[in-house]
Amino acid sequence: MWSQFVTPTGMNRRHFMSHMAGASALLGSSLSLGHSLQVHADTLKKNRKSCVLLWMGGGPSSMDIWDLKPGTDNGGPFKPISTSGDVQICEHMPLMAKQMHHMSIIRSMSTREADHNRGRYYMHTGYVPDANVDYPSYGSVVAHELMNQRSNLDIPPFVSVGGASEGPGFLGMAWAPFGVSSNGRIRNMEMKVEQDRLAQRRIALETIENSFIGQNRGTVLEDHRKVLEKTYSVLTSAQMDAFQVEKEPEAEKEKYGKNGFGQGCLLARRLVEAGVPFVEVDLGGWDNHMDIFRTLSNDRLPTLDKAMAALVSDLDQRGLLQDTAIVWMGEFGRTPRINADAGRDHWARAWSVVVGGAGIKGGQAIGATNEDGTQVEGDPYSSEDLMASVCHALGISLETTFTSKNGRPMKIANSGKLIKGLFG
Amino acid sequence: MAQNPTRLKSLANEMGISVSNSLFAAFVCLVAIQFSHCFSPLYADDAVAKPKSDAKRVNLPIQVEKIDKSMASTWADFKLRPSVIEEDTKWCRRVFLDVIGRIPTYEEFAEFAKDKSPNKRFSLVDRLINDDRYTEEYANHWSTVWTNVLIGRNGGMEDRSLTSRAGMQKYLRDCFARNKPYNDMVYELVTATGTTKPGTEGFNGATNFLAMKVNEEDGTQATAAVSRIFLGLQVQCTQCHNHPFNQWKQQKFWEFNAFFRQTRALRRFVPGTVNGDVDHAELINQDFAGEGRRPEQAEIYFQLRNGLTKVAYPVFLDGTEIGKSGYVSEVNRRDEVGKLMMSSPFLDKAIVNRMWAHFLGYGFTKPIDDLGPHNPTTQAQLFDELSSDFRASSYDLKQLIVWITMSQPYQISSKMTKDNESDDPTLGEAPKFSHFYTRQMSAEQLYQSLSVATQANRKGSLEEQQKRREDWMRQFVVAFGTDEGDETTTFNGSIPQSLMLFNGELIREAISLESGSWLHGLAQGKGNGTEKIQHLFIAGLGRRPTKKEVEVASQILVARKNEVGGMLQDMWWAILNSNEFIFNH
Repeated sequence: MWSQFVTPTGMNRRHFMSHMAGASALLGSSLSLGHSLQVHADTLKKNRKSCVLLWMGGGPSSMDIWDLKPGTDNGGPFKPISTSGDVQICEHMPLMAKQMHHMSIIRSMSTREADHNRGRYYMHTGYVPDANVDYPSYGSVVAHELMNQRSNLDIPPFVSVGGASEGPGFLGMAWAPFGVSSNGRIRNMEMKVEQDRLAQRRIALETIENSFIGQNRGTVLEDHRKVLEKTYSVLTSAQMDAFQVEKEPEAEKEKYGKNGFGQGCLLARRLVEAGVPFVEVDLGGWDNHMDIFRTLSNDRLPTLDKAMAALVSDLDQRGLLQDTAIVWMGEFGRTPRINADAGRDHWARAWSVVVGGAGIKGGQAIGATNEDGTQVEGDPYSSEDLMASVCHALGISLETTFTSKNGRPMKIANSGKLIKGLFG
Repeated sequence: MAQNPTRLKSLANEMGISVSNSLFAAFVCLVAIQFSHCFSPLYADDAVAKPKSDAKRVNLPIQVEKIDKSMASTWADFKLRPSVIEEDTKWCRRVFLDVIGRIPTYEEFAEFAKDKSPNKRFSLVDRLINDDRYTEEYANHWSTVWTNVLIGRNGGMEDRSLTSRAGMQKYLRDCFARNKPYNDMVYELVTATGTTKPGTEGFNGATNFLAMKVNEEDGTQATAAVSRIFLGLQVQCTQCHNHPFNQWKQQKFWEFNAFFRQTRALRRFVPGTVNGDVDHAELINQDFAGEGRRPEQAEIYFQLRNGLTKVAYPVFLDGTEIGKSGYVSEVNRRDEVGKLMMSSPFLDKAIVNRMWAHFLGYGFTKPIDDLGPHNPTTQAQLFDELSSDFRASSYDLKQLIVWITMSQPYQISSKMTKDNESDDPTLGEAPKFSHFYTRQMSAEQLYQSLSVATQANRKGSLEEQQKRREDWMRQFVVAFGTDEGDETTTFNGSIPQSLMLFNGELIREAISLESGSWLHGLAQGKGNGTEKIQHLFIAGLGRRPTKKEVEVASQILVARKNEVGGMLQDMWWAILNSNEFIFNH
């Protein structure tokens, strides 16, 4: 009964592919068009800024690294040494001592969040955890603001190396950190089908995807589509070569340290060279409630010193440091008082972070703590102030405001103020 | 079906291509006949009869009405109009995912579609929680959920771990298979003694909850976990200082901590080795001398931020004191705290909030395990009533599941309308539940769905399957590098997850055409291409394909040189990667 409309003219492969090509051009357009409209060659040249965040998970004891109190009850056994800048730091950071003219220590951080999860969130977003709003983290904000000047970048604009970082909050999953292990390996990159078959599958997928988005079942579905777009880029772009950290010469690998964090920092340099606006590299193990001094001097500090010094000097030699902000921080500092287990507990009231590059003045300490390290003397600085200063260094206007659908305006960096002395 | 040939012909013309192969046109009709008895519309985009909730047709528990009334008044207050009742098949998929942790199979969809009784939704929930054929899956699902709550996704995977993940799961599976009252389960988890590993002498899987939380740092992790998970009270910040946002004081933290100071997890080594590997642990209670070395009045000391030292004895959060002796024979402190917890109203609220959020995406508070007075509550009265009703139901979790799944907020569509679009918790609004909130499946739900829908991971013994599942799950866990073992998942809708769904081994297995695979069976089985395409869409998405989707399939069939298996592979890949598949909606 249906033979009447069977018309076996067949559709040849070329015809099929032209359908496919047409359709995929159509599908790709919404994303690339949006960017190309805003891009001019000169802005591309002008803003090549990037940021590398060295995240010290667990809450590092900054008073044993950047703000020593030798000879006091709280001081611990480490001795200060002079540096290439106008500051002293811990004796177990000899390589960084030669780079301190590039970096500033902010010794007057004073925050209130001394729980890991809350502290991590607050230091990453500039906001305390809120029951109603999910705020975006540093990397998502910076990527979101700088991406429109990087139209040719196929690599996800926010890469998190060896750690989880914090999420994109209300900016949506398209701005989530792209997590890779510190050797740059990305799982599931092997397609095992030919490119044109992938293209055909993509058409089928887009068809299902778009009709479901059309049903108005939530903004998360549109985010999913954007993530798919980025996934195709990740799978097919030659720029992904930047992740192949094992291609670096042996001497470079040695210089950064042949451990996760060292190779992660080397990877960060490669990604910055490739134009990625934000890279976070994670070094955990700072939650030293017991036996802190041995852990620091034998393990954490040598690892940190080698990798961080290599990163700063390498970026400097390649002419990239003037455009690359480096931020060293954890979720909080540790108690000045040494506890019964020879450890230090959580302390947010007075602690240090380190910043440099991208036009930030180096070689200095900003602010100070009192003699036993328990209090900040002079102006205290917050996560908001730090974030505002980093955004400013990256050329992002502090007037930038995000507006939620219900009309609530949210200022970038939660209206933080520039930290005095970091600029000009 | 007689009217269809003309219609199909014009449809083909509409598509702007000459209908290219006989298979396509022929099987569209075939399918229409074949499937019409269970899924009435020909295409998904044809009008569907309006589904109705069972609410008014069966005698549902009074709590369903309570929820509906409370919601109605909230919606009126905020000038919201709820979405319509969700289509049957979509709701069917939703309830399978939430109650037993996977999507329904093709056959289960058909069974539900065939049911013409007015109570079909209630019957389905009843089947999922009470029918023997689902007991195992029900128990496995809730065991998985609770294992993650109690020991995290990484629990048992740590170097030299004292936790046996298998032991934890075994205990929980037994609880859920027998529908153990929730309060009994909590009491057992908090007071457990015995060994952690199945098959060892004195095995008690419940010990795995605390095994890694009592030895270090004076049991502060046990303190924080017990109060957060079972009472919804976050005391961990008060360990070091008085919490700036709530009334919990440092004193209270250490008083609560004192209940866990008799507890130790002893390492038991692999037999025959000296200083060998840890085989398992045994959780015991032992006499506690206190930090003042006076067991008859075993006290603990803590320091205020100003350096002053203070003393604490076991006192429950509501102020109830117990004996101060550290001798287990005189006062078993964990047994005491277990009993005190049983009478706390926070016990009821914490579980109701957790279950509500499990089914509806958000709880009455955010986060769900922070019920402290500083944290705002939505629908406070309903929350209170459901909590005390749950206590009155003798903590029967299956009843709670019925109350929630049969209530209007769970019955309505995830499709927003202009009258409820503003109800979007992702944009900083408290949830009003005026439409179902679309959310991603968990990694576990995806895994189970694939293994049921496509028989992926069916090779080898049960233990081997379990091991592969754990290995697969582990790729998404990222630790934060703190002493508290905090972790997060990258199975969160970001690029690594997409890469896994594009290229991962599990997906390759799910779309395999190897002899014996599910897709191979479908490709070789009866019927023609479109019929098989229909089968795929129903198995994966619980609906028929749209005209456009059939068109794309036909094009792909040509690209695959009319090889149906290859076409099915491509379409199945697309379905599994789609938003419609990966989201619970």
